[in-house]
Amino acid sequence: MTASLKSRESLLIAVIVALLLIIASRFPAFIERGSLIGVFNDTSPLIILAIGQALVILTRCIDLSVAANLALTGMVCAMLNVAFPGLPVAVILLVALCLGAIMGAINGVLVWKLSIPPIVVTLGTMTIFRGVIFLISDGEWVNAHEMSATFTGFPRSELLGLPMLSWIAILVALLFFLIVARTPLGRAFYAVGGNPNAAVYTGLNVGRTQFLAFVISGTLAGLTGYLWVARYSVAYVDIAGGFELEVVAACVIGGISIAGGAGTVLGAILGALFLGIIKNALPVVGISPFWQLAISGSAIVVAVAFNARSQRSKGRIILKRAEATT
Amino acid sequence: MTENPRVIPDRLESPAVRVLKSWETLLLAVAVAIFVVNSLSSPYFLNAWNLSDATFNFTEKAMIAFAMAMLIIAGEIDLSVASIIALASTAMGAAAQLDVGVPLLVLIGIGTGLVCGAFNGFLVTGLGLPSIVVTIGTMSLFRGISFMVLGDQAYRGYPAEFAYFGQGYVWWVISFEFVLFAIIAVVYAVVLHKTNFGRAVFAIGNNPTGALFSGIRVQRVKFILFLLTGLMAGIAAICLTSRLGSTRPSIALGWELEIVTMVVLGGINILGGSGSIPGVVIAAFVMGLVTFGLGLLNVPGIVMSIFIGMLLIGVIALPRLWSMWRS
Repeated sequence: MTASLKSRESLLIAVIVALLLIIASRFPAFIERGSLIGVFNDTSPLIILAIGQALVILTRCIDLSVAANLALTGMVCAMLNVAFPGLPVAVILLVALCLGAIMGAINGVLVWKLSIPPIVVTLGTMTIFRGVIFLISDGEWVNAHEMSATFTGFPRSELLGLPMLSWIAILVALLFFLIVARTPLGRAFYAVGGNPNAAVYTGLNVGRTQFLAFVISGTLAGLTGYLWVARYSVAYVDIAGGFELEVVAACVIGGISIAGGAGTVLGAILGALFLGIIKNALPVVGISPFWQLAISGSAIVVAVAFNARSQRSKGRIILKRAEATT
Repeated sequence: MTENPRVIPDRLESPAVRVLKSWETLLLAVAVAIFVVNSLSSPYFLNAWNLSDATFNFTEKAMIAFAMAMLIIAGEIDLSVASIIALASTAMGAAAQLDVGVPLLVLIGIGTGLVCGAFNGFLVTGLGLPSIVVTIGTMSLFRGISFMVLGDQAYRGYPAEFAYFGQGYVWWVISFEFVLFAIIAVVYAVVLHKTNFGRAVFAIGNNPTGALFSGIRVQRVKFILFLLTGLMAGIAAICLTSRLGSTRPSIALGWELEIVTMVVLGGINILGGSGSIPGVVIAAFVMGLVTFGLGLLNVPGIVMSIFIGMLLIGVIALPRLWSMWRS
């Protein structure tokens, strides 16, 4: 009980509630139901990507290509919609998921089979994916009037008062709560990241597990690609530029250790919500949106320092207990 | 596997054979090939002034790449270098509005770089944080401060003499930047390959614990390396700002990728422990020539970035594929 109270997740929840209360004390309209739904909906893409990124970081890798993957998938979906306006949304969703998975698999294979460091692989594929968008689109924009109403309408359509985009984020979150907590694959992510050598001796294929994490991250990026383009009704080369950093920031703030093996899906979601609330609150409080980059940068640095500290104290406690028993 | 990897050969291969088999030789051959292909495919390539212009494609990045190479050899990385350029340039721009002289502008540029490098170094060595995440954080932070200061505005109005650093020529087509690049290359080559400090850098990259027990102050060496990277980013910021004559917060956006690519292409092991400065110099020329050649053929910048991304992965993947295929 005390452990769960002291955990990163409960700390983050407390910080988020405090943040909301502080904003509400000056601007009560911010915590009205409609406004909060808006904030959650706006943060949904970040939540979906942060869940995928969390799995990748758990296995001691990092995926910097998610934003480029998102943009490329989004562009392909938009161009498909322009070419075949009658294509049902289900088909588009399927295309987005598959295309994202393929790009994730490319990262994964390079990490698994050639054991190239993930940061190098994904820095490279990040620029390649962005370049490919330019090649297929000729640098042109796909604008709202070219897209069909069903294509752009899907993420905005409401169900029980929540937009579809939010529902998808909730669904993804529930799905990965289950996968991580209740399936062998979910536990393998922790085992591989926590101690790769030990994981090999327990019969886990480290490379394959990392490959699967990249495929999941890519698939979720692909899904977000369609949702993003449909929500903002525009597709061009630079959409979601630099978003990969925000995704990594959400994970780090959520307590996912960059050294692998430690952190939870809930933490990543809370990290994303924290960033999302700040982003939405800035214009309300009257601070220029140009401050956002510096704020999320400082949040990363503070969170990393925090992660390191909490791990250090944990190590000490284990040592003391071990000494006490002998 | 017929060869037993544990068997240590009685004698090393002769120095000549080792040089011929080295990564640098291969890279040099690639550079020459690119040079020949470029001269054949565009009539504008073989022109002293054009070639001189082409050097601006890599001189500023290469200055940082030398310091980054040492950092990567020591097992760390700094992804915030491009953002340090942005912050240093913003600081100089703000100072230029107050009509300070050129020497002070230069000091401010270098000083900002050093402060940023010291900040990274402190976070990594003082608090013991992983450099990848720390510098991803400071990458947002440093550029974020530029955005806070400038928003969608730009600084102009640098003093006329300030233009010399980025636009001046020392002799005929030899630009000031190129001379600076050459001097820095020699200094770094000597420091890395001929001094105790350089040996310490390699030792740390191969085995930090072993280095510590052989009396190397690991954290201090790493701190100095971060400081040097910041310093080089500050110097690059002076050259770039002087060359462009203006500062926007998006200045040098994405350069960290190109600099890391340059370092890896130069044969520096991304996991640390090995590499050489001459390799980075040749890699700088390869990347500069490729970008310039493609530019002459009207290939847009973003398509070149596909090429650079593939180069980055290919350079590491090919030797591994090759050894997999042989075994």
